[in-house]
Amino acid sequence: MGVKRTTTGTRTGTSVKEEAATPKKAPYLLITPAWLVIGLFFLLPLIFIFVISFGARGTYGGLKPIADWGAYLLSGEFLANYRQSLEPLYWPIYWRSFWMAVVTTGLCLVISYPIAYYIAIIAPARWKNLLLALVVIPFWTSFLIRTYAWVLILRTEGLINTVLMQAGLINAPLDLLYNEFAVMVGLVYGELPFMILPLYASLEKLDLTLLEASSDLGANHPSTFWRVTVPLTMPGIVAGIVLVFIPSIGQFVVSDLLGGAKSMLVGNLIQNQFAIARNKPFGSAIAFELTAVVLLLLLAYAWWSKKKGQEAML
Amino acid sequence: MSESISVEIQEVSKRFGDFAAVNRVSLTIQKGEFFSLLGPSGCGKTTLLRMIGGFELPTEGRILIGDKDVTHLPPYKRPVNMVFQSYALFPHLNVIDNVAFGLRYRKLSSSAAQQKARDSLNLVRMAGYEDRMPGQLSGGQRQRVALARALAMEPEVLLLDEPLGALDQKLRKEVQLELKNLQKSLGLTFVFVTHDQEEALTMSDRIAVMNQGRVEQLDASHHVFEYPKTEFVAQFMGAPNFFTGVVKSIAEGLMYIGGRTDADIRVRASSDAWRPEDPIRFVVRPEKLDLRTKSGTSDGEVSIEVTIEDRVYQGVNTVWVVRSDDGERYFIYEQNDRPFQESGRFRVGGRAFMSWNPRDTVVMEKTS
Amino acid sequence: MPDSLETSPQFVGAREPAARGATPFRWERKLMGLHSALVYFFLYAPIVILIVFSFNEARQTARWEGFTFQWYGKLMENKLILRSVQNSLIVAGATTLASTIIGTLAALALGRYAFRGKGATQAALFLPIIIPEIVFGVALVTFFGAVQFQLSIWTVIISHVAFSISYVAIVVRARLAGFDRSLEEAAMDLGAGPIQTFFRVTLPLILPGVIAGALLVFTISIDDYVVSSFVAGAGATTLPIQIYSMIKVGVTPEVNAVSTLLLLVTVVMILFAQRLQQQSGDGGNKR
Repeated sequence: MGVKRTTTGTRTGTSVKEEAATPKKAPYLLITPAWLVIGLFFLLPLIFIFVISFGARGTYGGLKPIADWGAYLLSGEFLANYRQSLEPLYWPIYWRSFWMAVVTTGLCLVISYPIAYYIAIIAPARWKNLLLALVVIPFWTSFLIRTYAWVLILRTEGLINTVLMQAGLINAPLDLLYNEFAVMVGLVYGELPFMILPLYASLEKLDLTLLEASSDLGANHPSTFWRVTVPLTMPGIVAGIVLVFIPSIGQFVVSDLLGGAKSMLVGNLIQNQFAIARNKPFGSAIAFELTAVVLLLLLAYAWWSKKKGQEAML
Repeated sequence: MSESISVEIQEVSKRFGDFAAVNRVSLTIQKGEFFSLLGPSGCGKTTLLRMIGGFELPTEGRILIGDKDVTHLPPYKRPVNMVFQSYALFPHLNVIDNVAFGLRYRKLSSSAAQQKARDSLNLVRMAGYEDRMPGQLSGGQRQRVALARALAMEPEVLLLDEPLGALDQKLRKEVQLELKNLQKSLGLTFVFVTHDQEEALTMSDRIAVMNQGRVEQLDASHHVFEYPKTEFVAQFMGAPNFFTGVVKSIAEGLMYIGGRTDADIRVRASSDAWRPEDPIRFVVRPEKLDLRTKSGTSDGEVSIEVTIEDRVYQGVNTVWVVRSDDGERYFIYEQNDRPFQESGRFRVGGRAFMSWNPRDTVVMEKTS
Repeated sequence: MPDSLETSPQFVGAREPAARGATPFRWERKLMGLHSALVYFFLYAPIVILIVFSFNEARQTARWEGFTFQWYGKLMENKLILRSVQNSLIVAGATTLASTIIGTLAALALGRYAFRGKGATQAALFLPIIIPEIVFGVALVTFFGAVQFQLSIWTVIISHVAFSISYVAIVVRARLAGFDRSLEEAAMDLGAGPIQTFFRVTLPLILPGVIAGALLVFTISIDDYVVSSFVAGAGATTLPIQIYSMIKVGVTPEVNAVSTLLLLVTVVMILFAQRLQQQSGDGGNKR
């Protein structure tokens, strides 16, 4: 881009002077406000909790002052929060966060693939935009409200129990809310559009002649699906997995509203340390661990895309 | 059904809504034949080919391959294979895996399948490219791999959907000959779709010229070229010189046509097709026409007086555009290495006589 | 019509139910269609139920006891809710204005120039989209505490701007990617200076992208709960925070009513944004 610009500058006679002056300074002037805000109010706070995560909790919820830095570092005391975060007490929370994110991702993939396929390949062209818009709308509407809607449906006096009781199918209301099932439903519901959209994008690009070629060479439909369709839409599949897994593992609204105390996830654990337990250094350590997991996942994704020689979809 | 028939199309139609892409087509393709479906874009040739391949279901009619009715079989159950216009190589598989793709369904050991794929690549002179990805190949190489992939399946019929369309002119000529030789040496039935009459003529044993979903003419390729039966075929084969006349008399296979020519034209014709006074249309290929200063009756030639409207130099040819007094326009090709005897005496706007040997008169089928 | 049939047979195959090979059998299509219908039902049923309940007389149960507007009326009397709506509008408005300007400038720099630190800038703009909200929330509140920055409505606005810039930058940059640079060259060739060229050619052409980005940010900001819940000071309660606390206390029809209104606002925004994207020739968003 930059090279192109300089050649342009020399070609268009009158603007040479202005052009020559701007290219050097211009990008920096344009980018400075963004850097200021993001640097000051995004990166700096992140660095800040990273530092704090090596501190110790003070009496009033602040930081304990460190008397002897050398001893503090040498004794490994600065890693105390990380050590604490690995205690067996927290394992069930991590495990639950992990498997719920995995199952959510898997369910989203299985549910999304056919509908993405339907919109991209089967649906008549004139319906495509509408069908796609119907997926996009929940994508941007309030996650909180969409989660809350499930409270209305699942709670003891909720829609399902009312209907079932009136139909005489059950005598006492079912416990549908405040358990892992409810969290699962909420997560899948919330993340579904994030899976459908990248899948759609890659299915839409799929050259249908390749499916014909596969069929022509003797592959039946399941065989064509696994040998041609899936490999060729892998970028969409992987992008969808990343897009769903990351928010799922850091989730705390869904588990807080639909899960109750027994279904605590990492997100709730972090929130607790800041809002209730007032152990910021410990909370920071877990927050940082979560961030590390997410970043590692993204790096793996970037590495995968590069290896495949494809442009990353994210 | 005869042993030698490879594909039989029976009264096949394909409609998309109100539009009939293929309209009640019946034809048979012989074993070991190079058969071309020729026509302009939209004539239904690709749709017909795709119905043979199993990619479209006929709205009505039957398709037989060998002795088997395959009308309702999906592509993967048909003994035919296709070379796609876009080649349709799997971008995620390398060359050898592309070629071996379908062999998995042939109950071959994997080493046998590999060997077969290699043999097939040898056949199209693509040995040594086994590990390349399709994206790393040129258009011509991709075309060869697509051919090898289809050949590896040992189909009873090979379908080719304008497989040379994406190649440049020079390469195209080479591949045409190669493909023809390959077909001959393998003795395979080829069904070839093209919109290029020259390509069809170069390669085919027989050609079906299609127009608006119907077969206009099905004949040996030289026959289609020299004896078009309809105005559409004549036009498509590069002979847009139409004459109108009247049958003067007919007897013993000889017909005399009168009209605007200076003498009646004597042509061979079947006595039961025509009656005296029937209006008749005929064509003469542009290269068979001559320009004269005088009405030429020598050697039994016939001529019409015309006005010269234009001359266009085209390298090998010079094209004369002339108009007869009844307003019809004709094209005359003068070969530049063998110019007309009186070539220097014609000028645009002047009068001349357009003459030809009655042998070269091609009568159009009688339209009812 | 015949032309397109010949040249793109795969599309015929895709639409013609009887075609095989490229596309599944009729029963497979039917099954996928049915599945899709169920997914759409799953996506929209909860939203519809919420909206329907907001008009239900019943206070406690899910039984339909008659149509009423009373919960909307109650909203108008609820000072807390009104206050939170006001706060949310201020936050979303200020966030949209600031982040649209800053994000557009950043997009211009990234889309137009090669400069040192471009990679780092892209990474920095990418982070707010991928870092879990909860991490960002706790980081900010800790940071504000440490630098003794009093939590207020300002801290909410600053936080929202910090994560919104990225969205604007991405949307506008996508639009710039499909931008024909020769248009600018033509303007300069016709005597317009760089500033005039920007305002007379560049800006009008990327405007749909800018507006789409702005609408996007507005909906994200007005919906945000996680980050706001950490950084909102006393009296700076936004609507999602208010709704959240009402849900935690218990389900009331007022929550349904206020949620319905919020949904309505975002949906209108999205449709508007979508229309803009489409009008502007797909905005170069894909491919």
